[in-house]
Amino acid sequence: MPKIKLENLTKRYGNFEVLHGVDLEMEDAEFTVLVGPSGCGKSTTLRMIAGLETVSDGEIFIDGRPVSQLEPKDRDLAMVFQDYALYPHMNVAKNMSFALRLEKRPKAEINKKIKEVAEILGLTDFLHRKPAELSGGQRQRVAMGRALTRDSSTFLFDEPLSNLDAKLRTQMRAELALMRQRVHKNMIYVTHDQIEAMTLADRIVVMHAGRIQQQGTPEELFKKPVNKFVAGFLGSPPMNFLESTVQQEGDDVFLAGQGFRLKIDGELTKRLSPLSGSKVDVGIRPSDLSFDPDASADNAIDINVVISEYVGAQSVLIGDCGGQKVMVELKSDTPIALGEKLRFRVECSDLHLFDTSSELAIG
Amino acid sequence: MSATTFNRLTPYLFLAPALVIMVLALLYPLGYMVYGSFRDWDPSQALGESEFTGLANYVTLWNDPNFRESVAVTLKFAVSVVSIEMLIGVGLALLLDRNLRGMSVLRTLFILPMMIAPVVVGLVWRYMYHPTVGIFNNTLKSIGLEPVDWLGQHALLSVIIADIWQWTPFIFILSLAALQSLPRSALEAARIDGATGWQQIIHIKLPLMMPVLIVTGLLRLIDAFKVLEVILVMTEGGPGLSTEILALRISRTATEFRELGVAAAMSNYLLILLMLLTLLMLFYNRWQEYRAAKAKRAIEEAV
Repeated sequence: MPKIKLENLTKRYGNFEVLHGVDLEMEDAEFTVLVGPSGCGKSTTLRMIAGLETVSDGEIFIDGRPVSQLEPKDRDLAMVFQDYALYPHMNVAKNMSFALRLEKRPKAEINKKIKEVAEILGLTDFLHRKPAELSGGQRQRVAMGRALTRDSSTFLFDEPLSNLDAKLRTQMRAELALMRQRVHKNMIYVTHDQIEAMTLADRIVVMHAGRIQQQGTPEELFKKPVNKFVAGFLGSPPMNFLESTVQQEGDDVFLAGQGFRLKIDGELTKRLSPLSGSKVDVGIRPSDLSFDPDASADNAIDINVVISEYVGAQSVLIGDCGGQKVMVELKSDTPIALGEKLRFRVECSDLHLFDTSSELAIG
Repeated sequence: MSATTFNRLTPYLFLAPALVIMVLALLYPLGYMVYGSFRDWDPSQALGESEFTGLANYVTLWNDPNFRESVAVTLKFAVSVVSIEMLIGVGLALLLDRNLRGMSVLRTLFILPMMIAPVVVGLVWRYMYHPTVGIFNNTLKSIGLEPVDWLGQHALLSVIIADIWQWTPFIFILSLAALQSLPRSALEAARIDGATGWQQIIHIKLPLMMPVLIVTGLLRLIDAFKVLEVILVMTEGGPGLSTEILALRISRTATEFRELGVAAAMSNYLLILLMLLTLLMLFYNRWQEYRAAKAKRAIEEAV
């Protein structure tokens, strides 16, 4: 499989720049997910790779070959669209074989390929149906099948699951993950859903405002977000952010804010002490807080719990700490009384610290 | 009257005025014409005084070579204008379906011919076709070619050209609307699947436009069978019977030959022809609806 490389990829509409020089290298047969809020440039990037949008500046290399001036058909890729983009007047078999028929492949080969793919996707009984006669999930499968029948080296997915209802989306996500194991190809997947990104990706690329914020494995991004945006975007429920000030007392360093004063230990002390007096945002994942009435105030925050959302084994508590909203995720059987100020312990190693003005991670 | 019967009758009460107007303005004249077609009827007589002749008018017409010639001319005219207009109209739409600067001005210009009164179109073209002072022959002469006897030897061709000039925009506008409502992503998918520009047109665009094209074509066909003014002004049906389309023959039979019964019978033949075309169109629409309903049922069964 060829490697795909983006170099200073830029997109302008008139004088308005929407993509500001994106550099990205994708490894062989890697599942890359571009994720970000709407308008971040992820779909534009994908459509430029596909050749559906022109490149304003920079270059796309597939296997070392610059392709930005090539037609989509000469780039050796297949694409699955958000609205499926099936050909309404062709039945499922014809939809899936359109590219092969254009290439004038032998009939027997085409039929064999259709049969193969239809079996993988469970579409064998629907080959003679028109798209209008299929449900949303089936249409989605046909769209996937159309990409699979081709021997393209690269698959592009443009928010393929966002038109499905919640249940079907979860099911298709699992099927995609399964297909991923069977099909060893380059895959570039665009989504705004961070759960899809986390579950499917080998490499996540978080985009925001036309720039790449961070890229890496899901674990890297989850554990070591480089800035406040990435930290807040990945993870559900999202990370809590509390404003604080660095305070130094003798050899000890504290992060003090409304309703908490955390003592820093270990290596972080050294990094924070020169910052004494400056503002720092403390990020705490909801799952890193644990209910512990006996914890010392040095490594705990007090939260006034207002709402408890029961989601099965886990519950999400929503409360406030010194006027700032805080979410806590914990086991549903934890005995919690609403409307009371409760103490939650947090380990210093679980803290994510961000410079308040630059929003970049500290440490 | 009980309240429920009254309620049940209310909609008909509201429909009544429209119904009365329709009966008076549409059905009565139509019935009058059908009734007249069975009689030997001169404009100086009241319809009641005329003699009943049964199907004689229809039989005479059926055997009249001039009438047959007229039908043939009408068919030739209608079929050739509609097919050429479809070809050019759809072709133009395919060419101009893009974001060009000044596209809206261009589109307005394109539909201008359609907005001119047919009599004016006829007059303008008659002058342009004029053997000595017309622009066509003058141009031909100035580049050293022989002048063409437009409205004489090539009369039918000439009126066909004028009709194409006037009505191609109609097909162009509807085709363009159909093209621009096509699903963009399906076309993008076709590009990724490796379809060239031509292949996109043949395999995706045209098939998807087909429902609109069929209805447009039938509408134009119905219209082309009824064309009168342009030809009346340009050639008056001549030379000989070469451009005497049915509408023109009907009008002349009624006014010049004073045979109202025969003219009525002729109108009925035309009416039957047009009715068949209209039914064809309605059936096509029905069939489309039926297919959509079937598709919907199939989904419901699947779910």
